[in-house]
Amino acid sequence: MNDKLYRILLFAAALIMPIVCGGVVYALVTDAYEAFEYFGFFKFLTSSEWSYTEGAEQYGALPFITGTLMTTLLALIFCIPFSLPVALFVGEYFKGTKIASVLSTVTDLLAGIPSIIYGLWGFYTLRPLIMALNISPQGSGILTASLVLAIMIVPYAASLSAEFIKMVPNDLKESAYSLGATRAEVIGKVVFPVAGSGIFSSYILAIGRALGETMTVTMLIGNTNNVPDSITSTGNSMASIIANQFGEADDLRLSSLIAIGLILFLITAFINLIGKIMIKRARIA
Amino acid sequence: MESVKPILEFNKTCVSYTKQTMAVKYVSAAIERNTITAIMGPSGCGKSTLLRAVNLMHNLYPNIRVDGEILLNGENILSMEPIDVRRRVGMVFQRPAPFPTMSIYDNVLSGYALNGIRLSKSERDNTVERSLKSVALWDEVKDVLNKKGTFLSGGQQQRLCIARALAMKPDILLMDEPTSALDPIATAHIEELMQELQKEVTILIVTHNMGQAMRISSKSMFMYLGELIEYDDTEIMFTNPSDERTKAYLTGKIG
Amino acid sequence: MDKLKIRNRLVKDKALLWAVCLLAAFTAVPLFAILGEVFLRGYDQLSWSFFTEPTPTAYKAMKAIEAGEPIPGGIANGIVGTMLMLGMAALVAIPLGILCGAFLAENPKNKFAQTVSYLTDLLQGTPSVIIGIVTYIWVVVPMKGYSAIAGSVALLIMMLPLIIRSTEETLKILPSSLKEAGLALGGNHASVMLKVQLPAAFGGIFTGVLLAISRVIGETAPLMFTALGCSFIRFAIDKPISAVPLLIWEFFNDPNLQELIWGASLFLLLFVLTLNITAKYLAKKWNQ
Repeated sequence: MNDKLYRILLFAAALIMPIVCGGVVYALVTDAYEAFEYFGFFKFLTSSEWSYTEGAEQYGALPFITGTLMTTLLALIFCIPFSLPVALFVGEYFKGTKIASVLSTVTDLLAGIPSIIYGLWGFYTLRPLIMALNISPQGSGILTASLVLAIMIVPYAASLSAEFIKMVPNDLKESAYSLGATRAEVIGKVVFPVAGSGIFSSYILAIGRALGETMTVTMLIGNTNNVPDSITSTGNSMASIIANQFGEADDLRLSSLIAIGLILFLITAFINLIGKIMIKRARIA
Repeated sequence: MESVKPILEFNKTCVSYTKQTMAVKYVSAAIERNTITAIMGPSGCGKSTLLRAVNLMHNLYPNIRVDGEILLNGENILSMEPIDVRRRVGMVFQRPAPFPTMSIYDNVLSGYALNGIRLSKSERDNTVERSLKSVALWDEVKDVLNKKGTFLSGGQQQRLCIARALAMKPDILLMDEPTSALDPIATAHIEELMQELQKEVTILIVTHNMGQAMRISSKSMFMYLGELIEYDDTEIMFTNPSDERTKAYLTGKIG
Repeated sequence: MDKLKIRNRLVKDKALLWAVCLLAAFTAVPLFAILGEVFLRGYDQLSWSFFTEPTPTAYKAMKAIEAGEPIPGGIANGIVGTMLMLGMAALVAIPLGILCGAFLAENPKNKFAQTVSYLTDLLQGTPSVIIGIVTYIWVVVPMKGYSAIAGSVALLIMMLPLIIRSTEETLKILPSSLKEAGLALGGNHASVMLKVQLPAAFGGIFTGVLLAISRVIGETAPLMFTALGCSFIRFAIDKPISAVPLLIWEFFNDPNLQELIWGASLFLLLFVLTLNITAKYLAKKWNQ
């Protein structure tokens, strides 16, 4: 094979990416168009009605946008007290030791468990626990989904944060120790400030993961189409309403579900883009 | 001549990284107050290891062991609390390492911040001005105190790091090849500075540069393979060394 | 006073260490809780017939439950479907992903390559449920029906970015002297890539492929809109087909079949974790 042909072949293979991504956007936009046209883009975003009574169909994305934001935000809050210690354990306290690599393997395996199995575990173990503790009567809901979601994103946030914590120069840490600081003080006043933007960006990417997580949320959130009014109430996320209703929907409802898919796609793409840019900056610094 | 009590004494100090090998072997020496003492030797001779032991840096690494005694003003620091010792022993490292997230002003005061010591506004201002003046950096940076320390040149950064150590008013200042990452002009500047500083603080400096040891120090140690071979007035050491190995090192045959 | 302050700081220091260790150790709890639950509830369902027979109908299952017998049948239809769709997806994704990854590694500063690289990130971050919708629009609608092909297209789109990234990264960390030596011996770029670079990168790319498979094998949502599911064993690629995660979802929703969840989950979990651990082990071995 000559070089010219080789280059053309590689180029042709690389074209698959613009084609697929273009195709994703094109498919979502054309099929979501009907819903946006029927309800109006802004109205669709802000309406909290979701009723498929024939003749009086009314679809709005607000309950699901709220549900997604609530589960993601709660998952982030629950995830920090565990992912940050894991990152410190692996990246600072036990950096490079056997025990640190054991913990990294454990978190890697957590990341490998399929989402549907997290859902099962949440449904059969966590949900009864939530009911037994009288936190909510039906057990499923925003809170239950967020708790399991938090476990699922711990590996992503922790491994990336650990990478940035490891990169804090030893020179700086030794300088701080030489001035009489304890390890806790070195972590608080040198490691965190220096690795801060990197740690922050790893949480942005973890949010990107949580936004689109489907099966776990579908199995645990309770599947009601109202705007959730508290963290223990039931609801639906953008991903879970699609998973629940896509198979049985047609016409306007199908288009509305695809419109929700498009919104979810745009939000995740935006969050991931911000995260990637921040990570690049943090790596250079 | 009246004998002055030494500020720092090594008493059969040993440092080992593993059970089998000792990086520093039974070093005994007394460092006099308000002098500059240079520790020389080929790389791997244990000179940095010995210096770092004075700041209990080995405590950060669980596999390093220090035996014997190191006395600061007569107290054995090996049995003291590291964070207490390190506040009284300043240290300057090879590569300048100002804290990149702090301003010049905050870098000078970082020792206090790290130790959780609160100072009043006037105390802070005075400490910053005094410390930066003593490293001859005040005039250069007094208008940019709120800028990040990392914007300074390498030599300025190293002087900032010295100021940071001096701000804690240490009894003794340890310097681990402080000019090896700097250009000749910045090096000359720091050497000049050290001459001034020895009036207020005792300096123990590790250097691989014989010329530097000769120019700045009044006392010199020569270490080889972990042992202290010779410790004498710098002038005597360079003109009339008593050990063959010192002579070999000074004439470039080892190292 | 000073002594007291130092003691306070040391106590805080120790407290942080303990908090970090405790919370970090606690993170391991869910892993063992999930493994434990799935194993304990699922292991007695695993038998030869579990892997060779298709899922029973709800009626058969009900009868068995009424008679107090174990539910007959297994997940063979799901295993066949998963393997068939994975096989078809991998057949396209592996060569295409390697070529695309090679393109990115060969043209690191090219504007088009940077765009491709960004799009790869974009696709990798796209929720799988959206890949499901898009494949439905692309394949299911024009073909007027759910099919194994549609399912494998969805898996393919999810595997591609993973294989592209691992190929690119592995090729990039190869010493440039390797390529230069090949070119100096008179090879052209194509033969150097084929005979020198790709063989040297084999370990890394193979690891990447294993991880990509382990990532998509448990995907459920995209298959719900594409492969749909099927209660008997079939090899037709233009008809609806089952998959192991789809079966778990069906069992979850069907009160009569709930007993089968844990066996199917245990199978899936063991498969995914074995792939993961093998990939990690190979990566470590290959790095030395």
